[in-house]
Amino acid sequence: MTLETVTKGAAVDICGVSKVYGNFTALDNVSLRVEPGEFMSFLGPSGSGKTTTLNLIAGFTDLNGGEIRLGERSIGHVPAHKRNIGVVFQHYALFPHMSVAQNVAYPLKQRRVAKVDRARAVDLALQKVQLEKFSHRYPSELSGGQQQRVALARAMVFTPSLLLMDEPLGALDKKLREVLQLEIRRIHRELGSTFVYVTHDQEEALVLSDRIAVFNKGRIEQVGSGHQLYTQPETLFVGQFIGESSVLRGTHRTQGNETALTVAGATLAVSGQAKSDAAHVILLRPENVRVQPKGTGRHDGMTNIISGTVREMLYLGAAMKYEVGLADGSHVIARTPTQTEPFAIGQPVELAWNLKDGTLLADDGSTAGHEA
Amino acid sequence: MPSKPAPRVLRGPLYLTLPALAVLVLVMAVPLGVIVLRSFMEPQPGLANYVWFFQTKVNITVLLRTFSIAFWVTLCCVLAAYPYAFAMSVVGPRLRLAMIMCVLVPFWVSGVVRTLAWVILLQDSGVINRLLLSMGFEKVRLIRTQLGVTIGMTQVLLPFMIMPLYAVMRGIDLRLLQAARSLGAHPVKTFLQIYLPLSLPGVFAGVTIVFILALGFYITPLLLGGPQSTMLSTLIQQQVLSLLNWGRGGAMGVVLLIATFGILAIASPFMKRKYQMSGGSK
Amino acid sequence: MKLNVPRLLLRLTCLLIAIWLVAPTLIVIPMSFAGQKSLAFPPKGFSLQWYENFFTNPQWIGSLIVSAKVALMVAVVATIIGTMAAIGIERMKGSAAGIIRAVLITPMIVPGVVLAVGIYAVYLDTRLVGTWTGYVLAHTLLAIPFVVIAVGANLAVFDARLETAAASLGASRLTTFFTITLPLILPGILSGSLFAFVTSFDEVIVSLFITSPQLKTLPVQIYSSMTRDADPTVAAVGSLIFLATSLIIGLGLIFGMRGRKA
Repeated sequence: MTLETVTKGAAVDICGVSKVYGNFTALDNVSLRVEPGEFMSFLGPSGSGKTTTLNLIAGFTDLNGGEIRLGERSIGHVPAHKRNIGVVFQHYALFPHMSVAQNVAYPLKQRRVAKVDRARAVDLALQKVQLEKFSHRYPSELSGGQQQRVALARAMVFTPSLLLMDEPLGALDKKLREVLQLEIRRIHRELGSTFVYVTHDQEEALVLSDRIAVFNKGRIEQVGSGHQLYTQPETLFVGQFIGESSVLRGTHRTQGNETALTVAGATLAVSGQAKSDAAHVILLRPENVRVQPKGTGRHDGMTNIISGTVREMLYLGAAMKYEVGLADGSHVIARTPTQTEPFAIGQPVELAWNLKDGTLLADDGSTAGHEA
Repeated sequence: MPSKPAPRVLRGPLYLTLPALAVLVLVMAVPLGVIVLRSFMEPQPGLANYVWFFQTKVNITVLLRTFSIAFWVTLCCVLAAYPYAFAMSVVGPRLRLAMIMCVLVPFWVSGVVRTLAWVILLQDSGVINRLLLSMGFEKVRLIRTQLGVTIGMTQVLLPFMIMPLYAVMRGIDLRLLQAARSLGAHPVKTFLQIYLPLSLPGVFAGVTIVFILALGFYITPLLLGGPQSTMLSTLIQQQVLSLLNWGRGGAMGVVLLIATFGILAIASPFMKRKYQMSGGSK
Repeated sequence: MKLNVPRLLLRLTCLLIAIWLVAPTLIVIPMSFAGQKSLAFPPKGFSLQWYENFFTNPQWIGSLIVSAKVALMVAVVATIIGTMAAIGIERMKGSAAGIIRAVLITPMIVPGVVLAVGIYAVYLDTRLVGTWTGYVLAHTLLAIPFVVIAVGANLAVFDARLETAAASLGASRLTTFFTITLPLILPGILSGSLFAFVTSFDEVIVSLFITSPQLKTLPVQIYSSMTRDADPTVAAVGSLIFLATSLIIGLGLIFGMRGRKA
């Protein structure tokens, strides 16, 4: 039981789990498998059920229904202190009356590890987070980033097969977050444990995870790699929550394997079939939309064209971003490499994109999900 | 729907409070119950003790005097505590510590001994009277008068007014005053319209505590006062210990209890902080 | 705030109030060294006879020992009971917590004489007048509110998430309490027990009713000495108590500072 050897990560199986608080359903029949050694993020807005799921795995809240397995063991009714799961909390939760070394030694003491082994394990864990020089300091004498490193060392020192992290970087500033993200990735590689990481920051989830589970309103909308979620969102919520996007709404008609959507007078084709008569939308990624002078028409294989007026132009260094207003009042975001002669605000333009670059999705009423 | 966890969450903590509640029932609720019971049952069942209480002139005089002394003590406390607590909330940490010490020092010596000090200071040939004489004033009778009792009680109760006031004033964001000033308000107006309303919960809390404690004061009026400044507590003690009349003493006690808790019930809604401070860290 | 007149006025007012608060306490000290048996201030002459009287008179020393013993027992009992109650209240959700807290604080509000008469009545029937049990029970009642308030204040700033963290690290509920919760609310418990001790040591009203010639607490002895002998021994007692309290608080401050640093 030391950090010298690579731990075998355990699989987490969540089967039909529900959690109800009074008349608020925090989790509604959620099922999910996290593979051994995988880095999975739970991503979603606040109140979507991601933290509740984490608390259920950790044993901080009682199950209302369903089962949770860690490896072969069913842990749904095992008390939190016997689950042997490491947890890193958003607010560090370091014990203020103990030094850094005492904090990290705490879980080993509970497991009655001999004093010599304990000291060695603590040293090793602190080395991993590059805090070996701070072992005699108290938490109040450390910066936020250092405190979170201690919390990380404390959660992994007993080599749990599963490590849970609840928005561990939420209280830190952007720069420090990026540094620690890299460290967490490195530690995950070195440790071999399964990591479950809760965050509302899609960028963080994309940077860190093997796979992401997107939570919304107590359900999982989609599970997949960052690339899958970005390029093949299964719901409008996922499409909008991950990355930047534009949504075109209109009446649709499906013919064969293609669907045509009438938006602001233009007929736009998209591959795929509408699943029902309910409203559907086309989701566009900014980098797939080309802005061209009015009258250019379809060329370069661009199947869809709609005209609009430049409302806003932002210069982003290597790229430029246009916000183009359509006749129906909606707008489309387009990102292009920096042009020497950009379009002016108020200029009528055409937007063009390829058939395969639009995604047809049922309109679930979600709007641009998140800020910053 | 939540099925089994609810009772466990609720019952566990309740058990922890049971020993304390048991002491409360045994040593407070039962004794007070006995007092109430005796006031109605001794010597005969009925309201005789209460009729006697309200029909005896001395009792009414003492009851009114008790309220009047409590009123004056409370007023003096507010007037002295308000500037003191305000100063405490604005001075630097060192001076604040010194000021807090001054509030707490009176507690360092036994309450009875403190009353002795007042006896020494207030007596006819005491320091205060000699000071008055040397300044060309006439001698004032302080010991065994209502004035003396009020002076002594005010000093004893002042900390109970300063502390709640300070607790509230510490939380008032002084930037609000600057904001009001920058918006063109006169300093006096700023105080009356911004600071005073925000500090009122502390005033109410202090006033209630001091008034209630003053109503039930016993030792100070007993030692500093005379027959002309007897308060209700002394009368109760006389009925029970000297006259062995538990019924009448009990009735007086019930009157004092009702006054105390009545005032508390009326005042408590005013003690809550109506406005939550926004912005700024705790 | 730039005007200096109101500021000066405020300073002067505060100074006068501070003197008014402190002077009556300090006046006791010179009185205790008085040369004559008189309570006139300033005292005439100098002697240590009142201290001598205190330490040699069995009445005085006896009552001091009784008070110290009672206060110690009250401190232990009230601290345990009050701490349990404070933890219970903190963990309770909703209005029940508020109600129980209010109920536990009522002994501070009930008029002393009414409570004393009631306790006296019950003690007469249960033969508790002038007994150790009687004193400890009555003083515990009066001390519980202070413990509940002191520990409650500490629990309010205690981060309950630390208990969750301890559980995730493998500590059982009991271990968590002793390794995390207790050390962190210890300052509140200590100040609560100090308040409990002082409350008992200083209690006079109930004690006056339930006292007996055989078992008398110090405040009762002070009271009867003041009404009977009117000699400066009382001032000597007051000075000694003042000295002892100053020492305890001084030590507490020093340890408190060190504790925070460590």
